[in-house]
Amino acid sequence: MPNTIHIPTPLRPFTDKKESVDVSGGTVGELLTDLTKRYEGLRRHLYTDEGRLRNFVNVYLNDEDIRYLQREQTPVKPGDTLSIVPSVAGGAPVTAERAQKGAAVDSSLPDLSPEEIQRYSRHLIMPEVGMDGQRRLKAGSVLCIGAGGLGSPAAMYLAAAGLGRIGIVDFDVVDFSNLQRQLLHGTPDVGRSKLASAKDRLQALNPHVQVDTYETLLSSQNALDLFADYDVILDGTDNFPTRYLVNDACVLTGKPNAYGSIFRFEGQASVFATKDGPCYRCLYPEPPPPGLVPSCAEGGVLGVLPGIIGVIQATETVKLILGIGEPLIGRFMIYDALKMRFRELKLKKDPECPVCGTNPTVTKLIDYEQFCGMRPEPQQAQGTGAAVSDWEITPVDLKKKLDAGETPFILDVREPNEYQINRIPGSTLIPLGELPRRYQELPRDREIVTQCKMGGRSAKAMDFLKSVGFTNVKNLRGGILEWIDKVDPSQPKY
Amino acid sequence: MGLMLQPGISDAIGRHGAETYPNECCGALIGRDGVVTAAYALPNTTEEGPRRRFLVRPDDYRDAERQASDAGAELLGFYHSHPDHPAQPSQFDLDHAWPFFSYIIVSVQKGEPRDMTSWRLREDRSAFDEEDLTHA
Repeated sequence: MPNTIHIPTPLRPFTDKKESVDVSGGTVGELLTDLTKRYEGLRRHLYTDEGRLRNFVNVYLNDEDIRYLQREQTPVKPGDTLSIVPSVAGGAPVTAERAQKGAAVDSSLPDLSPEEIQRYSRHLIMPEVGMDGQRRLKAGSVLCIGAGGLGSPAAMYLAAAGLGRIGIVDFDVVDFSNLQRQLLHGTPDVGRSKLASAKDRLQALNPHVQVDTYETLLSSQNALDLFADYDVILDGTDNFPTRYLVNDACVLTGKPNAYGSIFRFEGQASVFATKDGPCYRCLYPEPPPPGLVPSCAEGGVLGVLPGIIGVIQATETVKLILGIGEPLIGRFMIYDALKMRFRELKLKKDPECPVCGTNPTVTKLIDYEQFCGMRPEPQQAQGTGAAVSDWEITPVDLKKKLDAGETPFILDVREPNEYQINRIPGSTLIPLGELPRRYQELPRDREIVTQCKMGGRSAKAMDFLKSVGFTNVKNLRGGILEWIDKVDPSQPKY
Repeated sequence: MGLMLQPGISDAIGRHGAETYPNECCGALIGRDGVVTAAYALPNTTEEGPRRRFLVRPDDYRDAERQASDAGAELLGFYHSHPDHPAQPSQFDLDHAWPFFSYIIVSVQKGEPRDMTSWRLREDRSAFDEEDLTHA
């Protein structure tokens, strides 16, 4: 007993105006093959040159879309009815590039294996993603700057979602203090390179994803080359020089920047550097003075916070690659974990922006350490190890002074809760914020050594003390962390 | 070959395009023998960004075909709008086109319907040919 195929209006001219045609075969695919044998003109409209059903051709077995059955392998019983139902789509040209991408959907996107189809089924049954969307994700790529708090959830979700290629730039080693929030790394990974640990984790999540690692510090020398090879850049950095570098390199290479940042209980996210949208510099043309804004290492961060922000970045990356929804362009999302509240600020592209404005003054990458007011790294003096500038002292030299009976005044400018964790014996605590009204407590006749966790806040304290007339002030290089590493390993680090 | 619009059809399509501006609108063209007697507005279900895409779901397509046969007519094609873009088919339109259907495109500039054109897919799918659009 033959089966019947219903023919939609636009294809009836090929079937001698028949609304339905009787065909025979054991599967949906065989019925369709029989149909195109009888009416050769149909083939080109139903199938691509590669012999795949076109994505806007829907085939229903009775009342079910064969995409939810076994597609063309779906077996048919006598009396079953097949319907070819067009989905009608179109639209205005977006950009030349996007139109080309659209045209390429059928042929140049990678295919999905049966395992991948099973893995991504929850995507595939959503028309907003579907086979084409999933193939677009597979063809897509993202470069994560940093495999830390933000890079962890972002890369993990993107790998799980089937993004084809994930690049990661990092040069750090996994430390115990990372484990409170950086889920790419586990306890056994402490001491390993973050890249090795990240790659293992991502490949365990999804072996279909290609993970490319770059064990290097992102710099003005390598950023443009690295970015060129990716669709989206995901900024998970924790410092201003790299943040400005990522922004400027995104503008210069025309890559969207899925931006996120976290501090204590608050997070921020946006999409910068799209063609018509604002960039990070439209919002913050100049970096804050060094030391004013503490990093997470200094100010702390709630462990669950990067989970939210990193996943917002991943969400925006997926939307950008699929071309769906309303991206976070021109919108600046601020999340407060304590209040559990999201706020959104509107951002506009600044025509005066030095990078993405109408008359940009920054047309190539600059020295971002200098731009952000950081001091240049101390020069390596030949043969003697790291030379020390006259405004700083190393922990080893400080220890020597103390052992020699000298009595420098050690000023710890951290917060009281940090001081509870560890301290240099004999140091005095005055948090940086209290220094302007308490500096009178300091002795004018002794050498002062300022100290914090890593040396950032204490440099700020030193600058302040010099500005109010103290002359004999030095900053402890590397803060208490270097002190513990080099002088007193008995104390805990944080 | 050509398409003729009965009175009121052209205005209805333009109005639909103005209503959904800055998003795209879409709808079905129903009639007989190259004369459009009714235009049915359909929901634009694309999730790809309705400002530059439209999608008619299979179910809505089936409804449109049913509407046509109930009225003793045929589905002649579809219309859609190009907000702030000329009434020229895009590559995306071409990739997703069906043969023999007429595709009317109305350009909606700053919320005002402007040019209206009609197109048919070449049988080898290589391009669209513009067809005469006349108003009865």
